[in-house]
Amino acid sequence: MSARLSLLAFAVLLAAPFLLGLAMPQAQAQFWTVNILGRALVYGIVALSLTFLATYGGFVSLAQMTVAGIAGYGVAILVEGAVPGIVGGLPYALAVPAGILAATLAGLLIGAIAVRTRDIYLLMITLALAMAVSRFAESNIDWFNGYEGIRNVVGPTLFGVPFRQPHLFYYASLAAAAALYAGVLYLVRTPFGLVLQAIRDNPRRAAALGYDVALHRIAAFGVAGFIAGCGGVLTTIYNIGISPGSIGLGASVNILIISVIGGLGHPVGAFVGSLIFAVFDTFAASLYDRDRFNTLIGLVFLGIVLVSPDGIVGLARRIPSLLRLPRRAQAARAAETG
Amino acid sequence: MALAATVVLNGLTLAALYFVVASGFSLIFGLMRTVNMAHGSLYLVGAYIAYAVFEPLYDREAWYAWYLAVPVGMAAAALAGVAMQKLLLGWMQGQELRQALVTIGVSIVVADQLLAHFGGTPRQFLAPDALFGTTELPLVGRYPTFRLVQIAVAVAVGLGLWLLLARTKLGLMVRAGVDDQTMLSACGVNVPRVALAVFALGAALAGLGGVIGATAQPLAQGMDGRFLLTSLVVVIVGGMGSVPGTAVGSVLVGLAEQIGQALFPTYAVILTFGLMVAVLAVRPQGLMGRSA
Repeated sequence: MSARLSLLAFAVLLAAPFLLGLAMPQAQAQFWTVNILGRALVYGIVALSLTFLATYGGFVSLAQMTVAGIAGYGVAILVEGAVPGIVGGLPYALAVPAGILAATLAGLLIGAIAVRTRDIYLLMITLALAMAVSRFAESNIDWFNGYEGIRNVVGPTLFGVPFRQPHLFYYASLAAAAALYAGVLYLVRTPFGLVLQAIRDNPRRAAALGYDVALHRIAAFGVAGFIAGCGGVLTTIYNIGISPGSIGLGASVNILIISVIGGLGHPVGAFVGSLIFAVFDTFAASLYDRDRFNTLIGLVFLGIVLVSPDGIVGLARRIPSLLRLPRRAQAARAAETG
Repeated sequence: MALAATVVLNGLTLAALYFVVASGFSLIFGLMRTVNMAHGSLYLVGAYIAYAVFEPLYDREAWYAWYLAVPVGMAAAALAGVAMQKLLLGWMQGQELRQALVTIGVSIVVADQLLAHFGGTPRQFLAPDALFGTTELPLVGRYPTFRLVQIAVAVAVGLGLWLLLARTKLGLMVRAGVDDQTMLSACGVNVPRVALAVFALGAALAGLGGVIGATAQPLAQGMDGRFLLTSLVVVIVGGMGSVPGTAVGSVLVGLAEQIGQALFPTYAVILTFGLMVAVLAVRPQGLMGRSA
């Protein structure tokens, strides 16, 4: 996506709460701001970490929601006001960086465990790790409060406004999403990002050029861990807490669905997919059947994988060339015969 | 001492169930490099459809209800597996990651449709009289007979698979296909048809595991994830595509789970996954796997 288009999208998102306020009643506009756009942004950040790994490293990891959950649990365990208080007592200013640090370390650890594997092996190992963490959280009372999880993680009060006030939450999420998105686009142009892409395309040649393949891979997982951690803190505040269900198999697969629907080919796909997911989740009731959201989203996912492996973004990118192709082919034929 | 023996026996009977399910997963992966993320769904499909046949017969007190449920469950899972390979996976052979994603999509839809049709109430097969009750064992004392049947089934499956792979023409083709599919097809073997047969067999094993598993413990939504995960861990530990490896992996995972739960219940999961991580660190191809 071009820089101009990115800025345009950012401007639209900046104005969105006010535009929504003009278009619909107050309560409805607030619902759209937080529960659709805000939710799309925070889960989009988690999906961004997967899209980053898949697009530039070639790793499809199913453990990104888990890494996000580690940040979420980290904050929930440390922060004051959480119920039940496990460690507690820390202000958000300390608990949030600690949570993100834990997620970054978890990302590095997963990278180190999976460093010698690729493709489907990586998919299997990360899935197994993801389910291990959620089952551990479910069975452990001392640290994770078991099945119930930890509630009442409401976020800090900024400038006298509670964090979950709709506009504050929305703009904080938007700022985080925009910063991380820009950060990813910057990072992939740095030497580190270029080597990462070289390793994706041909690890042996990159190794022959003298780059440490394993170290770059582990570092990429660390970066993805940081991104997922930021997302995890925000999703935890969005959900007012965290429980094993929010990092379980379904949640991990949902992040994969978001990334794949949006498209594993450009970071923007994470947010496109997340918005589509949030809209579907909210309006599945009126589309098909109240309880059959999973069938609906599963079929959409299947359709995307079968028709356009690079997702909606890839589809949108191909449409102009699909329209242009016949004419160009005609011109080529005319040139040949003429 | 008796407690230790019981825990080990519990681990072995659990391992037997894991082996039946995971051997199908491993077989499919070995030949076609297809990671069937819907393997747990095949387990559920086999178990639920078998239950739908079992229940009315059991109500009429037909003695053969359970014995009929076993082949029905296997056939249902095999049909589902063949349909998936034929309609979705066959034409993208070689695109492993895409196939894995497709099977994830299938598993989401199947799990949701099963929930819609069968609801969330747990169900359980009742073992026929001959397999019900307890058996007196040395050291352990009274032990559920059906758990021992589980071990017998696993041994039978293991022997059957070994005979099939080592002694039959289909097995010959499968073993050749694992090594070099292109050459096999150049020798005039219809590889897609062999793939279909292997998929049917692997799926049928998931269905068999479904009926056996749902007799030993209740059948409920979410079991698909559990058995997919177990299959993954078993083949990662044992080695992909190897029947002996799957057996070794099943025994290790089954024992680790039961011993972990007996010694430190709330940290038990760590033992199983610590095992997986340790194997990955030392032998990424699995204990009995060949390096790619």
